[in-house]
Order: sequence, then C-alpha cells, then structure tokens
Amino acid sequence: MKVLVAVKRVIDYNVKVRVKPDNTGVDLANVKMAMNPFCEIAVEEAVRLKEKGVASEIVVVSIGPKACQEQIRTALALGADRGIHVETDEEVQSLEAAKLLKAVVEKEEPKLVILGKQSIDSDNNQTGQMLAALTGMGQGTFASEVVVEGDKVNVTREVDGGLMTLSLNLPAVVTTDLRLNEPRYASLPNIMKAKKKPLDNMSPADLGVDIAPRLSTLKVEAPASRQAGVKVADVAELVDKLKNEAKVI
Amino acid sequence: MSILVIAEHDNSELKQATLNVVAAAKAIGGDIDVLVAGENCGAVGEAAAKAEGVSKVMVADNAVYGHFLGENLGELVAEVGKGYSHILAAAGTVGKDFMPRVAALLDVAQVSDIMRVESEDTFVRPIYAGNAIATVKSSDSIKVITVRPTAFDPVAGEGGSATVETLDVVKDAGLSQFVKEELAKSDRPDLASAGIVVSGGRGMQNGENFKMLEQIADLMGAAVGASRAAVDAGFVPNDMQVGQTGKIVAPQLYIAVGISGAIQHLAGMSDSKVIVAINKDEEAPIFQVADYGLVADLFEAVPQLEEELKKVL
Repeated sequence: MKVLVAVKRVIDYNVKVRVKPDNTGVDLANVKMAMNPFCEIAVEEAVRLKEKGVASEIVVVSIGPKACQEQIRTALALGADRGIHVETDEEVQSLEAAKLLKAVVEKEEPKLVILGKQSIDSDNNQTGQMLAALTGMGQGTFASEVVVEGDKVNVTREVDGGLMTLSLNLPAVVTTDLRLNEPRYASLPNIMKAKKKPLDNMSPADLGVDIAPRLSTLKVEAPASRQAGVKVADVAELVDKLKNEAKVI
Repeated sequence: MSILVIAEHDNSELKQATLNVVAAAKAIGGDIDVLVAGENCGAVGEAAAKAEGVSKVMVADNAVYGHFLGENLGELVAEVGKGYSHILAAAGTVGKDFMPRVAALLDVAQVSDIMRVESEDTFVRPIYAGNAIATVKSSDSIKVITVRPTAFDPVAGEGGSATVETLDVVKDAGLSQFVKEELAKSDRPDLASAGIVVSGGRGMQNGENFKMLEQIADLMGAAVGASRAAVDAGFVPNDMQVGQTGKIVAPQLYIAVGISGAIQHLAGMSDSKVIVAINKDEEAPIFQVADYGLVADLFEAVPQLEEELKKVL
C-alpha cells in the first residue's frame, strides 16, 4: 500500500527562539532549520512499515519555500521513495495546508497518511485532523503504536488519562506522538542516493487551492520572564520558606 | 454573540477544565450554551447546568459519543455549532482531537490553546513552546477555539440554573471503532488541575524511585508528574508528562526533582505560582525559573523533605 508522509521545515528544536525587536514575529534569519521532530517520527514510521512489507511506496510531501526541498531530501535519504514539493513563499496556515494535502491525497490516493501531531513553531496541532475531516477519513491522533491489519489500522493513542486504542478503516490519517519510534539517522550513501530520487514541484494554484490566511498575527512578544529566586541551604530552610514565606503548604 | 462550550467529562463527572473554558467564554462575552456529548452522561448535563453563567445545556446522549471519537464529535459539533459565533473546548487530548475537524467541516481556521481573550475576535496564544506569545485575530464568521484551562480561573461550579435539553442528533461517521483503553488509576488529584504537583525527571534513575515522590505527594495532596526524559526512559507512563507536548500545569506549588529544565518542560509548568527545584547540578536551567532552589542529591533531599513535611503538615 502507498503511504503519504507530510513534513514541515521549522526552526531546529535546539535553537533558542528570539522574538524580533519590532514584535512582528520570531527571528528566523540565519537560524538553523530542520525537519519538525514529529515529522521525523512520521517518516520513520512509514519506513518501518515499508521494511515490514506493509507499505509498498512512500511519498513525502512538504509545503513552503524552495528551501523545503532540503527536508524532502532528508526524508528521501531516510527511505521515502519520491517527493512532492508544493512551493510557495506565502504563509500557509493549518486549514490551507490541509486543503493542499487533500489535493495531493486525491492525486496520489494513499492508503495511509502520516503527519506529525504538531509543528514546534506554531504548536497548532490541527493539520492532520483537518485533512482527515476534509477527505472523510478516520484519524488516529497522538499515536504511540500503529499496526496495519488488512483493511484496518489499529492506532494506540496517548490521551490525557493514559492510552486508548482505536481501529480505523483505511484509508486513514495518523498523527505521531513522541514515543511512536526513535528516528534513525540517514547514512551518507543514502543521502547521495536521495539526490537522484524523483521530486515533483507544484504550486498551490496547480492544486486549485486558495491559501489566503484566515488568521492575522497582530504581534509576537517574548513571554514574561520569570525571575530566578533564591537558593536554600537545606531541606529545613526550604520547608520553612514554603510554609512561612510563600505560604503554599 | 452566542458561544457554544463543549464540555469535557468522562460520562459520569464534569471535568473542572469545562469551568475554565466557560470562564474564557465569559471573557469573550455573550450567551453561553454548553454541549455535553457522551453516553449515559445525564449527570454531567445536570452538573454543567449549575455552572455560573451558562444559559442552556444540551445533552447528546448516545453510544456513538461514548468514547469521544473525533470523527463523530466533529460532525455533531459542526452541526450544532453552525448557529454560534464561537465554539470553545478545552485543549486536552479530546478537544485537540475533534476541534480541528469541526473547524475544517465549517471551513474556518482554529485558534489553538488560547491563554487570553483580547476581544471577540482577537486572542493570545503561545507559540514556539511558549518562547513567544502571539496575538492573533480571526476573520472567520465562526471562531473555533481551544482553550488552555490553566490560563483562566474557573467559574463557580454551583449556583447556576441553566435549562437542560436533550439533543437527538446522532452522528456516526463509521470510520473508527473503539478497541480498548488503559487508563491510569490513581487516588491522587488530576495532574492538570492539582494545586500542588511533584515531578521527577531523568535524575530519578528508575520508575521504582518515583515511590519517593508519591509519598511526598500523598502527604501534601499533590499530583505526580514527570519530564519527557523520565517518560521516554520508561520510568513512568506518558499520561504523567508535563511539557510542550504533554500536560500544561499551573499549580500553586510545583516541585521539580531531578529535572534539568529543558525548554520543552518549562513550557508546561512555568506558569506555576511557586516553583521549587531540587537538583545536584547547580548549573541546571531549572534553577533559572525556580523560586526556591536546592542544590542537593535528590536521594538524600527527598527523604529529608518527607520528614520535614511530616513535622509541619
């Protein structure tokens, strides 16, 4: 079966985020970018499904500027078979991303679509669910285990109270949580091979999708910073402070 | 304006998060209705009717909603919510699952995890794991919003007298089936709404050592949490994770034990009123946000803490 994986180019998770002095956004100039960590987990899961003989082809798609091709090539080096780049320099919000992915799903007709549960830049946690709704598919969000059985997929989900397992009809959408797998690193020979794998380029207009954003960001600020407090010498002093100074016990 | 709040519950009890979301709805202003969707959830509807500021409670009681499947709730809420200006739910794993489906079905954007209401169409939310705070304005006719419960003080859960209606709308998308659930059983307070949280990190070394934290927690009536490192290492289950991708907590007192303080963890607890850090590494970033820091070996400090707490509690 064919698996479609969506990946997003975001700020590297190790980079310290700085708000621009004019409060229009976060400073991304000359900052290291990388594949969103949850998307890496999505790629890894697809590759494992292929290694198990469940997936026959892995198509990786990314939406964004030219530089997104780096992340598509990374996914190809990790084991995806071909890439699709929906190229735009405009801001693409979750609903519009879901509409673009829906158009790709209609062309590719995958049995399973795997996405990260959220991107670490906008922290929205929306696109997978929106794609599932727009395509009329079931969804297994925040997945920690994915087992394909015939024309169903069993997804174990990380929920507030613990774990919940659902059985979804295929085709379906799965969004990954942290503990689904541990992504591998791409080997040098695979990075070289990935350069020769096919990568299609298209625009939102080619897919017939209007990507005009519905939300406008009025300002972006640094959070109120918390002052470091005091060091206490021992446990007795700590308990005394909590009881008599902070009055929280 | 009219606001639809989707209740968070477990079919028998209304979760406190619902009262926080009603508070967010009050900040927007307008008539507030509550939708309770579940199975055998009549008692939840009665409880929601007592919440301060609620005009009407609608109860959709059917087996198709019993496990809060996102596909079925999405269709139900999109249909019921069509006539409202705002649809709000708590940003827990249920709300995060079905609300984007509602937004997509209504062809509107969703504003996730709001911390503050600026006006009826403008909201404040964290991005980049809380390292930046964005003010966003929605141009859609219906605003679909998930609310960070800890950012809003709950309305009173008693004293209200909303009408309760039965809603006979059954939406079964037929796309998913519930298989099983493994829910943690605990007599301790719910992590997301506890007044005191004691959390352990990689420094705990193993799951067995979390018993030390549980003993302290039980003395103080606290919940027990964990860092992602402790969950990833398999010490404790995922439902205990506090952080950017786990639970967001803001208790009166947060005690971080053996937690270094990665930004992803700080994103989940830095709104706590008082933060205590116990760590043997005095350079650990957790000390930069802690009100009281104790540089010590936790295996000595935690048993001492238990003894000291027994003296004063």
